[in-house]
Amino acid sequence: MQIIIVGCGKVGTALTQKLSKEDNNICIIDKKPEVVHELSSECDVMGMIGNGASYSVLQEADIEHTDLLIAVTESDELNILCCVIARKASRCHTIARVRNPIYSNEAGFLQEELGLSLIINPEQTAAEEISRLLCFPGAIGIDSFAGGKMEMIRFRLSEQAGLDGISLKEVADRVRCEGFLICAVSRGEEVFIPDGNFVLQEGDIISMVASRVNADRFFRKIHLQTNGVKDTMIIGGGKIAVYLAKLLSNVGIAVKIIETDEVRCKELCELLPRAAVIHGDGSDEKVLMEEHIEQADSFVALTGLDEENILLSLFAKKRVKRKVVTKINRSQLNEVISNLDLDSVVYPKLLTAQKILQYSRAMKNSIGSNVKTLYRLYGDRVEALEFNIQEDSMITRVPLCELKLKTGLLICGITRGNQVIIPNGQSIIKKGDTMIVVTNQLGLQDAQDILQNI
Amino acid sequence: MNYSVIRYVLGSVLKFEGLFLCLPLLVGLVAREESSLAFFFTILICLSLGFLLSFRKPKNMKFYAVEGFVSVSLSWIVLSLAGCLPFFLSGEIPSFVDALFETVSGFTTTGASILSEVEPMSRCCLLWRSFTHWIGGMGVLVFVLAVLPSGEGNMMYLMKAESPGPSVEKLVPKVRTTAFILYAVYTALTISEMLLLFFTGMPLFDAVNIGFATAGTGGFGVLNDSCGSYAPHLQVIITVFMILFGVNFNCYFLLLRGKLKSALCSEEVRVYLGIILAAGLLVAWNTREMFSTLGETLRHAFFQVASIITTTGFSSVDFGLWPQFSLTILVLLCFIGACAGSTGGGIKVSRIIIMFKTVLKELFTIKHPRGVRSVKLDGRTVEHETVRSVNIFLVIYVLVMFGSVLLVSLDNFDFTTNFTAVVATINNIGPGLEKVGPASNFGHFSDVSKVVLIFDMLAGRLELFPMIVLFSPLTWKKRK
Repeated sequence: MQIIIVGCGKVGTALTQKLSKEDNNICIIDKKPEVVHELSSECDVMGMIGNGASYSVLQEADIEHTDLLIAVTESDELNILCCVIARKASRCHTIARVRNPIYSNEAGFLQEELGLSLIINPEQTAAEEISRLLCFPGAIGIDSFAGGKMEMIRFRLSEQAGLDGISLKEVADRVRCEGFLICAVSRGEEVFIPDGNFVLQEGDIISMVASRVNADRFFRKIHLQTNGVKDTMIIGGGKIAVYLAKLLSNVGIAVKIIETDEVRCKELCELLPRAAVIHGDGSDEKVLMEEHIEQADSFVALTGLDEENILLSLFAKKRVKRKVVTKINRSQLNEVISNLDLDSVVYPKLLTAQKILQYSRAMKNSIGSNVKTLYRLYGDRVEALEFNIQEDSMITRVPLCELKLKTGLLICGITRGNQVIIPNGQSIIKKGDTMIVVTNQLGLQDAQDILQNI
Repeated sequence: MNYSVIRYVLGSVLKFEGLFLCLPLLVGLVAREESSLAFFFTILICLSLGFLLSFRKPKNMKFYAVEGFVSVSLSWIVLSLAGCLPFFLSGEIPSFVDALFETVSGFTTTGASILSEVEPMSRCCLLWRSFTHWIGGMGVLVFVLAVLPSGEGNMMYLMKAESPGPSVEKLVPKVRTTAFILYAVYTALTISEMLLLFFTGMPLFDAVNIGFATAGTGGFGVLNDSCGSYAPHLQVIITVFMILFGVNFNCYFLLLRGKLKSALCSEEVRVYLGIILAAGLLVAWNTREMFSTLGETLRHAFFQVASIITTTGFSSVDFGLWPQFSLTILVLLCFIGACAGSTGGGIKVSRIIIMFKTVLKELFTIKHPRGVRSVKLDGRTVEHETVRSVNIFLVIYVLVMFGSVLLVSLDNFDFTTNFTAVVATINNIGPGLEKVGPASNFGHFSDVSKVVLIFDMLAGRLELFPMIVLFSPLTWKKRK
């Protein structure tokens, strides 16, 4: 696929690094020569120095043959302009990062009238992710399939679950419920696609496919908290805090925001009539105790300083009852951070890059294949794909146990109409179904690719 | 430094050389020549050594500028050492240094020969001589990049180190596709020249050889008098193709894309064509009394000018007998060379333009001490980094040249011979003047001088830095 990326900041760099490894022809455009030189000598891409909204620059980047343009410069207006010009110059898809709420609230209009394929707001994306974490505190991450009918939930196996040392085929008996499938397990550095004899250990990070209802039942059995938090304490009243407070208020979670700047506090009051706004230094222990941190259900650190967020979260982890979320901007020290006991960490920049990646991968896959959705899990080592089964083939109308599947591959869900099936050996795939596959064999293109090569 | 990746690159290069050698072997077998046996053994050596070296793929394919430079210069040395074996083993060039000189001269597209008579050589050896021009012209690592599946790591450093010009740019985002497009254009142009020559009356074997030699801007012929005895219209065709191969290949890519305007706007190409026109007319005016008709004068003048500026080194007459003014023009053209990104050698037209404009800028700042002015090429500001590297290139170029002249002068030939021998090799041209003139050869130099000239040819083809890096102790120092 031909891709143009305008703007080589953190998001642009992350995108370039990922996409250039996936057989795409990429052209990067930025105004700063140093940035372009550095990135184009690191990755196999073509660098171009100039303004991405200029028609002649885009033409030089071969916009006519481009499939996708991603505008992620720091300026919203430039991003939108890039996309509009690119749309006029060719039939490519366009993605713009727009973070000013004034524009991003009108995303629908912009998308429709200006022909943008996707408008992404990093703060909004981060807020959505945080609210999902707060609504489902037991989970590390959630991806949905079949329009939300089926979900893939990642969680850490705790001591209370009582599943340490139990093999997968015994799990269903042990917890006395059905309708779920454990499809990937990560332990330390390794990721497994497990079979029935796989033995679980405490501390494993498990991916499970199930419908919402069944997942709830399962989590209750293993004593994992599933119901959302009742209230939350947010430190720092930036853009993410506003989006998050709105989202949480809508589902009835009480929000308390602590912000140091008095003027901003007044703004917040007007923006968020239902939230309790506190004027005070959120990094001050006294203020936190005064606001009864130990009675709070959850805690979200959203200040502008990564270090402060990390320290605050470590402090809160001991006192807050259920969930602590930390926002971190820089991703360079990933390894150190993952060794800290921080509960959930949210990287707005990486989330943005991830969302764009997902779009471009799905777009690439939709060219000449029938992949409907695609997620990469566990640091890109495992793919979860959803296939449309449009016609009868080698894999339809045969019980699954008779199919010779590739190793490291699991069919973990079938949806037929409104029905969600967690398959066993006797299940049969029919025309018109969608099939969910989890595998560590990356790059499947077609539903038939799940079979062993003969 | 990542030694295993260098080993891997060397292995791949040897494997491809083994494949390339099959062409002369085939010709040798068809012509039933004894020398084909030497080719057969060389192929065996190349393939077995190549497979041995590249058998295990290195885990770490990390590639930086140093690895790029070192693997390119080592590749060229290995390539030449293996490539000279057929000449040596078959006994057609009995001295090893001579055989190496001939092969390096081939791969670097110099075309300087130590043979006084080429006609008695076997056909397979003659074809291999011309074929080395073609392989070396676009670069063997560029070929490897085009054919091998793109590995991890950044192979762009390989291409940067091998391709000529002050700043190498990709045509398309992927290195591999870029290399592929370059070779496609190169092959298409070569084949069209061969066909044109063949259908207008040149014998097939000559057409193929001359085609290879023109494409790489090399200059090995198959007749003793180079191109002197070919019919006039054939010389015109060769002239046109020499000029075409001296053009920056980016231009052809733009033409293929249908961007006629931007292809024609290239400042470098326009200056290049302008120099050819001016030099051709001046030489023609100067030599008007040596030929009977105007047409003949123009033909020989332009043939020689094109041959020298593109650093091909064919000759249609013995221009060593021309008046001094013409000779001086030709020697000056040696230094200019062809366009960047072409198969030609020399300093390159774009470097000359940048240097000239830097001088203008300097004059401007003397007049206006606070003046701000940038060096522009094709309407774009040339980055300071590029200007700096062009200046340093010139300094090293001059130093290497002076050093070589000093060493070669030990042979006690006259100054013109020594000077033009070094100029002809470092610029990858071929013939010089006096004792190394078009009617003569490099055979009478001592072995020491030949080794010095071999170094010059390699340094000239790889644009100095890779060879200098190879001999810099800093490169091989272990980091503590």
